[in-house]
Amino acid sequence: MKKLIIILLLTLSFGAYANEEIELQSAKINNSDKDSIQRGAKHFVTYCLGCHSAKHIRYLRIAIDVNADPQKVLSDIAPEGASIYDQLHSAMNKHDAEKWFGTQPPDLSLVARSRGADWLYSYLKSYYVDTTKPLGVNNLIFKDTAMPNPLWQLQGEQHAEQRKTIYGEYTKLVINKPGTLTENEFDLFVNDLVNFLVYVGEPVQLERQRLGKYVIFFLLLFLVIAYLLKKEYWQDIH
Amino acid sequence: MKPSRLSNCGNWVLDRFPVTKFWNEHMAHYYAPKNFNFWYFFGSLALLVLVNQIITGILLTMNYKPDAKLAFDSIEYIMRDVPWGWLVRYMHSTGASAFFIVIYLHMFRGIMYGSFKHPRELIWIFGMLLFVALMAEAFMGYLLPWGQMSYWGAQVIISLFSAIPIIGDDLSLWIRGDYVIADATLNRFFAFHVIAVPLVLVMLVFMHIVALHEVGSNNPDGIEIKESKDPWGHPVDGIPFHPYYTVKDIVGVAVFLLFFATVIFYMPEMGGYFLEHANFIPADPMKTPEHIAPVWYFTPFYSVLRAIPDKFAGVIAMGGSIVVLFLLPWLDRCPVKSIRYRGGIFKKALFLFVVSFLALGYLGTQPVTPIATILARLFTTIYFGFFLLMPIYTRWEKTKPVPKSLTKAHSLEEQLHAIEEQIPALIQEITELKPVVTEIGHPAFKSSFFNRRPNPDGIRNVATRLAKKLIESLD
Repeated sequence: MKKLIIILLLTLSFGAYANEEIELQSAKINNSDKDSIQRGAKHFVTYCLGCHSAKHIRYLRIAIDVNADPQKVLSDIAPEGASIYDQLHSAMNKHDAEKWFGTQPPDLSLVARSRGADWLYSYLKSYYVDTTKPLGVNNLIFKDTAMPNPLWQLQGEQHAEQRKTIYGEYTKLVINKPGTLTENEFDLFVNDLVNFLVYVGEPVQLERQRLGKYVIFFLLLFLVIAYLLKKEYWQDIH
Repeated sequence: MKPSRLSNCGNWVLDRFPVTKFWNEHMAHYYAPKNFNFWYFFGSLALLVLVNQIITGILLTMNYKPDAKLAFDSIEYIMRDVPWGWLVRYMHSTGASAFFIVIYLHMFRGIMYGSFKHPRELIWIFGMLLFVALMAEAFMGYLLPWGQMSYWGAQVIISLFSAIPIIGDDLSLWIRGDYVIADATLNRFFAFHVIAVPLVLVMLVFMHIVALHEVGSNNPDGIEIKESKDPWGHPVDGIPFHPYYTVKDIVGVAVFLLFFATVIFYMPEMGGYFLEHANFIPADPMKTPEHIAPVWYFTPFYSVLRAIPDKFAGVIAMGGSIVVLFLLPWLDRCPVKSIRYRGGIFKKALFLFVVSFLALGYLGTQPVTPIATILARLFTTIYFGFFLLMPIYTRWEKTKPVPKSLTKAHSLEEQLHAIEEQIPALIQEITELKPVVTEIGHPAFKSSFFNRRPNPDGIRNVATRLAKKLIESLD
């Protein structure tokens, strides 16, 4: 009986945190898709690098990791005048950033590790027009974000609509004015961008997973040998 | 060089340095009980993790910069640009959590089999000092990556000292070396983390082992093997540590490394428990994170702190939750060591203690809500109840007779074999044979086809028997 109460209490303590949050959409992350990472890198340089840096990665490292010719990375991806050994620095300085946005946009090298891929994916897709805000937009995932929507031309204008169901009220984002990309194209666009950010968060992750197989295989072999050795030594112990 | 010359050189050293004596005393002629089980792997594993932490730690210091401006970036430099830096760093960060897993299991073993009792009180005290030193080591090491969680975690913990009346504020200022966590704090924590505390740890490990080898190891039966000796003066139930336990511990090491490698190569963040997500954001003294949680291994004690409404009382309670562990050898009044021969009340108390420890650990990772606070208070009460009521409930205990010599340890193969033998009977019991109704109504076909289907009554019988056995094993 006591145990039953304990188990009940334990489950209760897990249930104590069942709070309602906006459900995140899931990004399809695949770091072995080099083309996606390459596209994402291009999107990042075009749409993000103006304000955000990714100072922990160099163009050369991207070229090596996506098996691309460094010259091609330089001409296709990197901004004009960048060297292949450069890190992805932003052109905007701190002083200007604080004047324009009130804060310096954070470095995005590790944003996929602190926020998570799904959060980034949902965040970039959840901007909507809100005329009460200084930037004219707001975000469902990150309320009152200081970042304007850099992708509005691609996605089009989204509006928030309150919908009612028997389960309660919820907000749905509806595209009123279509952008230059269709909805599917835009999803793919954001997915590539997030895939790139996940790669930048930990460039070594593919290498790590590849090596892990060999290490674990060796350890299994080692375990078998160690066990047989133990058995051999212990056979006379009763 | 001829082999004889080589051995002469060896002998020259051996004549002047007691390597052989040391080896024999602690390995080849150290007799350990022969019935060590699974729980006895964690001592040697703790040593392995300590060595791992020291080696990877030394490698990390070669590229880490203990400077508030450079620390965070230097870690990312190690993760990306230093050859194999990512592996060394993950080994160190995963090793920290592995250390606590291993140590918690090692301590649980000690409580379960009464390894802290007479004559091993001092081993327990050294072990507890090791635990405290390890917590200090982990706490200071966690500041070094200089992420948001490093910074604010340290801020919260150091501000606890300011709760002490009169000297509190000055004390916390003295510890930080600044009014907030800053470069000065980072530098002194670096010094403590890489040299001061590791030295203490190594010294305490040495004393822990010397004290253990002086009185001898306990065992799952809780019997002193030194009490029955053979004509040569060796314990009847003992076997030399080397080679028997060295080869056995290597098996434990292999299994441990399998888990360790899986985490390092496939889940180094462990879902945000080993490397917290917020720690990938550089420390920012102007931005407090919404939810500050210490790393998982501190959360049970952090929960105790939060459960008490008053800050100073909370600090006392948190300190008390560790101090009370030191007193364990004198709180437990039961003469029987091992849980195998102790009364049901101790088993139940220990079970409740483990449940409350795990629950406190979980609650400590979560934000405060009214229900969570009530639960944390309940589990804190159980935690302290386990220790403080111990002098009372261990006296009533109805213990079982303790055997004179070790009971036979069942090896894994024997257990598997025994289970294997039971399986046919078990299948027989939980299923029933039904003749298949064939379309041919001829009696010659009637008994030749059978169908095995689950038998509800049989399953119920087996389930009740297992449940009864489980309850009996607790009493």
